[in-house]
This record gives sequence, structure tokens and C-alpha cells, in this order.
Amino acid sequence: MSRVGLVIVSIFILVAIFGPALVQEPESDFLVRLKAPSSEHWLGTDYAGRDIFSMFIMGTRTVLMVALYAGVFAVIVACAVGITSGLLGGKADAVLMMITDIVLTMPQFPVIMVLSMVINVSNNLLFGFVLGIWSWAALAKAIRTQVLTLKDKDFIEASRIMGISNINIITKDILPNIVSFVAINFISIMRGAILSSVNLMVLGLVPINGTHWGMMLQMAIGQTSLLYGGIQPIVNFATPIMGILLFQLGCYLFAMGLDEAMNPRLRR
Amino acid sequence: MAKKILRMALTLIISLVLVFFIVKAMPGDPVQTLTQQYMTTDKLPYEQAYERAKVALNYDPEVPVMEQFLTYINQLLHGDMGQSMSYKDSVVNIVLGALPWTLLVCSISLLLSFAVGNIVGLFIAWKRSRLWDGIMSGYQAVFGSIPDYIVAYLLVVIFSISLGLFPARGAYSSETVPGWNLDFILDVMYHAALPVLCYFLTTVASWVMGMKAICVGLLGEDYMNYARARGLSRKRILFTYLGRNAMLPQITSLAITFGLLFGGSPVIENLFVYPGVGFYLNSAISRRDYPLMQGMFLMIIIMVLISGLVADALNKWLNPRLREKR
Repeated sequence: MSRVGLVIVSIFILVAIFGPALVQEPESDFLVRLKAPSSEHWLGTDYAGRDIFSMFIMGTRTVLMVALYAGVFAVIVACAVGITSGLLGGKADAVLMMITDIVLTMPQFPVIMVLSMVINVSNNLLFGFVLGIWSWAALAKAIRTQVLTLKDKDFIEASRIMGISNINIITKDILPNIVSFVAINFISIMRGAILSSVNLMVLGLVPINGTHWGMMLQMAIGQTSLLYGGIQPIVNFATPIMGILLFQLGCYLFAMGLDEAMNPRLRR
Repeated sequence: MAKKILRMALTLIISLVLVFFIVKAMPGDPVQTLTQQYMTTDKLPYEQAYERAKVALNYDPEVPVMEQFLTYINQLLHGDMGQSMSYKDSVVNIVLGALPWTLLVCSISLLLSFAVGNIVGLFIAWKRSRLWDGIMSGYQAVFGSIPDYIVAYLLVVIFSISLGLFPARGAYSSETVPGWNLDFILDVMYHAALPVLCYFLTTVASWVMGMKAICVGLLGEDYMNYARARGLSRKRILFTYLGRNAMLPQITSLAITFGLLFGGSPVIENLFVYPGVGFYLNSAISRRDYPLMQGMFLMIIIMVLISGLVADALNKWLNPRLREKR
């Protein structure tokens, strides 16, 4: 199953990298609105006559970029907080863990909603930042626990006694040991970021900034919905949902496989 | 315990600071915007409108920030959260009006998915049913992958628009008289059906899988083998030995999940136009209604904190191992 996941995720990544170069920029043409799938428009057109297939391809890049930024941002913060607090201990640990607990206590989605008021989400990087800012805490805590168990292992003691600097211990001894664990969490943070980004967009809290499956979905619901009758609104509505569902499932299966491969206890 | 209370207090203070300074960090001056609004809607002269805007927002640009913050806290402690800009009512009233609806829907759906999920999970683990295990994992994978909003939307399309079985919006019909009469209660339940179903569908699988994982762990314990060796009836083993022990961690996460549901309510309540905390939070944000946003956000944080406390208390009360420590 994890191979299936890998294949799905790879296809999406390839589409995100090369797809936008291969399809035309979707343009609105009200003469061909809500046309059914044909050889010219593979998935038909939406309420403004834009080609749904090319919108979907363009959206793939946006969705993946936003999720990637959110994941990278969250992982960097989580690693920084988790490793420092696990290695240093004492007061630094207490303060960092207090902050982490507070972030964990405050529910993520309302915080992101409120933040979306102040931060004018105008590009993918900023959007990823908003989505990632409240999703590092659980990972930071888990990394800290891992670091605490690693800290007393002989090879770290040895590095300490040899007088190797803290930075070197972190990059050479600790990071390689937690990297698989972090990778799995990175994928799940990305999945969460995609769900939140779509939710934010269908709630209309993020201003329209180009192509994103969430935006497609919001327009499909707001402009045509399923009530318009005929088959095309359904295709219009289902395309971004299938995208979200497939990519999320791919990530899920891939992360499970990764977990099994890296975690000897799960191996059968 | 002292640490826990300190953490809760800090969380509350940080959320207060967050919502307070968000108004300050807004692009544009909210007081000016509101002043303009009052001048056009209520035909007030500029000074009067400006004064009113300041009062309504609890916000005076000329006073130093720290002093403003203290005044804000002071007013909060006296139960004054300011005046809503878009609803012409005090924020406290709106918050208190919205809270019961969210509590109602969240608690019904949580209890339902908790009960069903745990029973199903218990039986999957007990019967070691590969088939059902696979079905539930698949279900969880799919429902964990689509946004809640889509589930809610499809429910509305299927049950309320195509089949016409349930109302799509609101908390009760306008014909009924709010109060403790049978008509009203039935009507409220009727309106709550779809939101409850939506929460239920999206959360039930995690209960099933959680319960299954715990039960599979417990089934390998020595005392289970001993109970079987003693020839106790299967029913007794299933409920008294397995069920009771497996319930403990699940009940703790019950209270935590309640807090999470509260946080996730904006999405679902917005779609069902259900007048709960999440609905007002969303409408406050999209209408740039700062006092209402502050009030709703604080309410959500407070509910999450309270459910955390309840989780701790329940855990202490139910778990004999924790009780004996004292």
C-alpha cells in the first residue's frame, strides 16, 4: 500500500513541477460556460468558461507549495524548540515547554482564523507561514522526548567527552536519529495544512489569490453549486475534492509505509 | 497542579493579548472606519460619531497601549466585552446566546460518536475481525482526508435539498416559541440532526481505532489470560475486564476532544448557519467586527481550558492508580 502512496505523491509532485508549463493559463470565456467534458476541455468548463483541467493543474502547484511552506516552517520551529529544550534542560526547557503547552492548548483553527485578519495573505509563502505557525507544538514535544532518551546514550556521552560542540552534536548525532520520525510528522503537518487551507478558503477568509483547490471549491460551491442541475456542476465540484482526497490518501499511505520501514517495532 | 493552573492562566493571558493586539495590528484604523460608518448610518456629526466609535470598540488611539490593555482587562473582569459593531447588541449577550447552541450540538454528537465508536472498537478487537478492521481503517483514511466542510456540504445537498428530510439552516423554525415546551425541543432536535450527523461521521472512526488499539494491547495482558483460565464468562471478561479498563484513557480524551470540537465548530456551524460560537466567530472575522471577534475567541479558549480541567478531574476520579498516590 505504501508503494501506491509513493506513486500518488510522486505523480502530484511531478504535476506540480511540470504541469503549469504544459497547460494554458485558464481564461474566462462566457460563451463556453459550464460545458461538459470534451476533447478540448478535458474536464469541461466552470461558470466563467474557464478550463477546469488546467485550473486543477495550476492549483496543484499552489496547494503543494502552500503545504510545503507550512510543513517546512513548522518542522524548523519544532526541531529548534524540541532539540534546544531537550538538550539544555533546566530553565530553558521549562520556559520552552510552557510556550509549547500554551500553543497546544489553544485550538489551531480559530487562531489561524483570527491571524488571517491581520496577515494579508497575498502569496503562497505567507499563506504557508500562517498555516504553519500553530502546528509545530505537538512535534516539538515529541522531538524533545526523543532527544531526552537519546541524550543519555553512550555515543552522545562520547561526543561530549571528546569536547565536540553542541552544534556538532545536534547536526551530526541527534538529527540523523530523529530524521525519519520528523519526516513522518512533516507529512502529517502538510496534510493538516491542506485541510486548514481549504477550510479557510471555503469560509472566504483568505482573499482570492489565484489558483488553489480551495478557491476552486469555493467558486464551485458559491457560483454553481450542485443545485444548478446537469452534470457539469458536479464535475466542477468533484474535481478539487478528488484532488484533495487523492493527495491526502497518497500522503497517508506513504507516511504509514515510511513508519513501517523506519520503525522496527512495526515490521512484521 | 500549581503548574497546570499557572499554564492555564498564562494561556488565557496570551489569548487576551493576542486578540487585543490584533485590533492594533490591523491595517487601517478601525476607529476611523467605524466613525465613518456611524456618520453615514446614524447621521451623526464627526466628533460624536468618533466618541461613539471609541466607546464601542473599547479603544482609544490617544491612550498609551499599556493603559488601554489594562482598561480592557478591567472591563472584561466586570463582564463588559464591548458592543458588537454588526449586530447592535452587547457582545456578552451574543456570546451567552451562542454558547448553548454549540454546547448542545457538540455534546450530543460527542456522546453519540463516543458510545458508538467505543462499542464498535471493543467488538472489533474482541472478535479480531480483519474485515471490519480494514473497513474502519479505510473509512478513517477517507474521512480524515476530506475537509469537514465538504462532508457538511454533501449532507446538506443529500438530506436537505435532494431528499428534503432535514432543514438545512438555523437552530429552530421561526414558528415555534422558544422555551421549555415539547414543540420547541423537538424542533431544535430536528434542526440539530444534520450538524450532529456531520460531527459524528467525521469523528467516529478515530474513537473506533483508538478503542481497538487500546483493547488489543489489553488483551495480551496477564490478567486477561488469568481471567480466561479461571473460566469466567465471556460477557464478564468483555465488559468488566476489558471494557472497563479500556474506557479509562478514552474518557480522558473525551474531554479533550470536546475542546477540539469547539475549536473546529466555525467550519460546520457556518455551513449550517447554526447560531453557535463558531458561526459568530466567522461572521465577526469576515465583517471585521473586533469586539465580537474578541468575545467569541475568548469563549472558545475558555471552553477548551475548562474541558482540559474536566479531563484531569475525570481521570483522577476514575483511575484508581492515580487516586492512591495522594
